[in-house]
Amino acid sequence: MEALKSDFGGKAHVALNDPKLRANFRRAMDGLMAKRAAQFPDAEEWKTLRARGAAVRARALARLPELLEQLEAKLTANGVIVHWAETTAEANAVVLDILKAAGVKRVIKGKSMVTEEMHLNAHLEANGIRAVESDLGEYIIQLAGQAPSHIVMPCIHMNKAEIAELFADKIEGQTYTENVDELTAAARRVLRDRFADADAGISGVNFAVAETGTLVLIENEGNGRLSTTLPPLHIAVTGIEKVLEKLEDVAPLLSLLPRSATGQVVTTYVNMISHPRQPGEKDGPKAVHLVLLDNGRSKVYGDVELADTLRCIRCAACMNHCPVYTRVGGHTYTFTYPGPIGKILTPQLEGLDCAGDQPHASTLCGACAEVCPVQIPIPDLLARLRTEAVSPTSLAVKGGGSGRSLSESLGWGGWAALYSSPRVYRLSARLLGLFGNWMPAWLPMLRQWTSVRTKPKFAAKSLHQLARERGYSHDER
Amino acid sequence: MTSARDRILVRLKSAPRRTMPERPDWAAPRYGEGRVTQFRAMLEAAHADVCEVARADWPERLRVILANKGVSRVLFAPATATGRQLAEAWAAGDAPKLVPYDRSIEEMKAVLVHEVQASVTTARSGIAQTGSLVLWPTPDEPRLMSLLPPIHVVLVDKGNIRDSLAETMQVEGWAGSMPTNAVLVSGPSKTADIEQTLAYGVHGPKELIVLVIGDDA
Amino acid sequence: MPMSASKPGRPHTVYFFGTCLVDLFYPEAGLAGMELLSREGLKVVFPQKQTCCGQPARNNGHPEEARAVARLQLDAFPGDWPIVVPSGSCAGMMKLHYPELFVGDPDHARAVAFSARVFELTQFLVDVLDVKLADKGRPVTVTWHPSCHSQREMGVLDQPKALLRQLANVTLVENPRETECCGFGGTFSVKQPEISAAMVADKVASIEQTGAAQVVSGDCGCLMNITGAAGKSRKAVTGRHIAEFLLERCHGGS
Repeated sequence: MEALKSDFGGKAHVALNDPKLRANFRRAMDGLMAKRAAQFPDAEEWKTLRARGAAVRARALARLPELLEQLEAKLTANGVIVHWAETTAEANAVVLDILKAAGVKRVIKGKSMVTEEMHLNAHLEANGIRAVESDLGEYIIQLAGQAPSHIVMPCIHMNKAEIAELFADKIEGQTYTENVDELTAAARRVLRDRFADADAGISGVNFAVAETGTLVLIENEGNGRLSTTLPPLHIAVTGIEKVLEKLEDVAPLLSLLPRSATGQVVTTYVNMISHPRQPGEKDGPKAVHLVLLDNGRSKVYGDVELADTLRCIRCAACMNHCPVYTRVGGHTYTFTYPGPIGKILTPQLEGLDCAGDQPHASTLCGACAEVCPVQIPIPDLLARLRTEAVSPTSLAVKGGGSGRSLSESLGWGGWAALYSSPRVYRLSARLLGLFGNWMPAWLPMLRQWTSVRTKPKFAAKSLHQLARERGYSHDER
Repeated sequence: MTSARDRILVRLKSAPRRTMPERPDWAAPRYGEGRVTQFRAMLEAAHADVCEVARADWPERLRVILANKGVSRVLFAPATATGRQLAEAWAAGDAPKLVPYDRSIEEMKAVLVHEVQASVTTARSGIAQTGSLVLWPTPDEPRLMSLLPPIHVVLVDKGNIRDSLAETMQVEGWAGSMPTNAVLVSGPSKTADIEQTLAYGVHGPKELIVLVIGDDA
Repeated sequence: MPMSASKPGRPHTVYFFGTCLVDLFYPEAGLAGMELLSREGLKVVFPQKQTCCGQPARNNGHPEEARAVARLQLDAFPGDWPIVVPSGSCAGMMKLHYPELFVGDPDHARAVAFSARVFELTQFLVDVLDVKLADKGRPVTVTWHPSCHSQREMGVLDQPKALLRQLANVTLVENPRETECCGFGGTFSVKQPEISAAMVADKVASIEQTGAAQVVSGDCGCLMNITGAAGKSRKAVTGRHIAEFLLERCHGGS
């Protein structure tokens, strides 16, 4: 893989000028926000439930190394084979080795963001193994040759006319129809055969329970169940942060995740996989593997504040409520994880030198943190990453300091000098009141501001002056 | 040479220790007398059909339901009590043909993937809060029964309907007894990936029929 | 997390922190805020040493510079009177972020004590003073725009609306997209000008759709953005800081 680099402004420009894309996102996000709101009418319930959810995740992270060891021991005792990978390249190699050893030619995939992060499909394809996505949304974007634009609803950027056209073009015998039931039936028809002839299934994991050695996988379609049950081999891939201490911890998180994500009280299916097929059992994979991927997560873990990023349960509520994401869509974020969580996760996994513009592509409005079911303080972490980009304080962040520039440090140095000296400030304010409005609109910053706004008008007298004149500053004590 | 595992664990263990927050109080909802009503309402909202049936009557009720849907081949678990009751009740008359799941999937794949139209399984328990069925597959009642046929019929004992997942896990002692695969089912297979429009039966069953078995109903 | 300020008893004196944006661009809003407080019989003190809360530097990754400016504010408000701020955003900076900004600094305790005294203006008027307003203005329809930080950092949700609802001749219409960010975001508006432009265009459109003659807000950053965009695109939307609006209504024009 060639190294990717974020170009938020450039990609946003393209997205903002695509009215269809913008309409698709606006409609989808409005719907998702309304559905989520309907799930949490009781503020008290939301408060106690999310406090529990956040604590459960924080506890698991506090004991992460021990829990990973416990998970590995439990799974191994259960007959599941556990692998570890430091990088996505290593994880791809592990998966490929397992598949090759089993003589696998055809893979069916359940939805998994971690395998997107690994670009696994391309790797398998290059090695002669066909991997077919089976989540309807993932299948659609695979047909279209695109990447997901949302972590829960991968093809949310497309409308049904675009999908109808794609199906008519790519699926044999399919005529153009915008009827969603017919489109869904067409996918079912094609994918049923792919499930039946697959030699292996690959899935993600929502929660890995250390106490019992159980992999929890939630979904609505049944593709996750099929991928992990019908083929003789199942490989689950997950980030090392997905571990939970106890089985009971699944309950509050399950009550948070689908309600936050799609406004469903629960997903249609909640899979709990603990063993491969046991003697006497008639179905289920004969071998189950779990690949634990690090890819920078253990580095993130090294900073206690930034490690809150790892609490994420991938519900996507943050992007559904993000006014920036809503307008520019998921592809603007270049990397696998879009939206507010992507803006804090990507720069940490890929480096601030590759994605340093992402923490700045936010108004810090806080809509994300308000709905985060595990209370990740996203705006604070965005601000923290902005700091790491210019003056690194932690070894945890890749590419720290890469955003430093002389003009910027001089600018903020000057700003601080001005605003930390009452006398200099008052003099400047007076001068701005007298001459500020003569500033030409082509000056940097003013130029961007006035592209769609009128020039702000300096008042002739500052509040400092008016307050003094009106006697509000006589008795300062 | 150290392994990836060791290097990852060393990094994690060398990170600053952090405080463990307590699990703050949280209680899943309780429904008391309204438990079955809630269970039923949630499942129906998720597009499932729910019938309350007496223990002795369900095979006949199911025969009528499936006949109305034109079902002719039904997958069943011959070695379970439910399967035996069904086979016995449907032996005579014009009931759909019962197809036993009695060999491994490798031998039965074509039948399961393409031929049977419906299946009958049992649920270990039901969860009122979310309208979920707890399927706990066994060698006699395998996993794919509830997944491949277009219509899935589930029997759940009224007395086994509980308030919440948290309660169910605790009362039934799941943590000490997780099976190969347990699954919560809360409706027919569905998707909203195309323009957030709901469509049913994308990969799993298009219809879910829940028979709530009571000794009185 | 929004934090509800602890309610002190009714003080006899309050400090007023004007904010740098009000100071230079909207001094009338600051004056109106002080007059609203004076009318309640309070002595209002505006320290001349005050400048800016330091938020621009903090939000741009320059906590060192933010701390230098914040420290001056700690010095400028030495008494133990409440500090009232006509901006939810600056109030949020002082209330939520000062304590964290000074972690490990000798002034940490001072920053914590300072933050405990910070109130957003409408929050203070309603929660502490329980003001009663008599409307003397002509009938008008307005809509409310909450700044992100007033609603989400300060937890100021109903107080400004409660004040507007006290005014007999003012009809408050709700904007269904009220809680959505206007796209200002400080330097965001110039670092991502196109996204900011798209956001403020939507905000202006949503305000227009309410049919209100005016948008009232408690934050001048949002107002500068919204009215600036409305003005440039020649939309009929005008804006007013809530302090000015309330004072005008109660005086029958100022």
